[in-house]
Amino acid sequence: MNTSILKQGPYLIAILQAGQSDSDLLQLQETLLEQVGRFRSRGVILDVTLLDVMDSFATRTLRGIAQAVSLRGAETVIVGIRPEIAFAMVQLGLDTRLSGVLTALDLEEALAILNRRCREGMCRD
Amino acid sequence: MTDVVQITVRSDADIILVRQQARMLAKELGFSSSDLTLIATALSELARNIVEYARQGEIVLSQIRQGSRRGITIIARDRGPGIADIERAMLDGYSTGKGLGLGLPGAKRLMDEFEITSSLGQGTTVKATKWAR
Repeated sequence: MNTSILKQGPYLIAILQAGQSDSDLLQLQETLLEQVGRFRSRGVILDVTLLDVMDSFATRTLRGIAQAVSLRGAETVIVGIRPEIAFAMVQLGLDTRLSGVLTALDLEEALAILNRRCREGMCRD
Repeated sequence: MTDVVQITVRSDADIILVRQQARMLAKELGFSSSDLTLIATALSELARNIVEYARQGEIVLSQIRQGSRRGITIIARDRGPGIADIERAMLDGYSTGKGLGLGLPGAKRLMDEFEITSSLGQGTTVKATKWAR
């Protein structure tokens, strides 16, 4: 199952699907890193609204994507962690594993965060 | 009504399958949506441990009805290498694999009851239960 990646101006938006397997996530990581370079993207938004579970593997992979994207000169924002998933992540001890990664409530807020950072000169030209 | 489901786990696709099955069984028992997520998350960790360390094993999901009490029991069983030091394996952040070391202790926190037995070279069995509130 391929994750759809939308190009929105200087940003890439990846919408993760429910029932995505581990190998799908690893594939997403590879594709995103390549596209950040191809489109000279300033930011990546990972939308996890549709995920039914954020377990330790998903959390570790998303953190890895954010760190690698950052090494490619772009910023990552994770959006749409649902209330019950946020609670499960805290119970599991995963909340601190995403520290350092920007999170936002929804897509609109994520775009606003990225736009603000770019206005402040924190993005590539 | 099916109240016991047994699933062989050997790939990441099976992990998704057991999560879906557990959600269905738990939903029938009246678990809240946030409890369904806690159960699915715990199960995901246990199933992933099987795939990562033992390569293959099985998950048995059972609905429990005791009087007015409703619950779901997960048994995750494999004939893998076993765990040398269970006490350490239950500590946050300890892992001999590529994980974050939160799987077992995390799954324990997500469930109400949790037992683990393991012997080297014989395999590992985890039994965990969550009660509907």
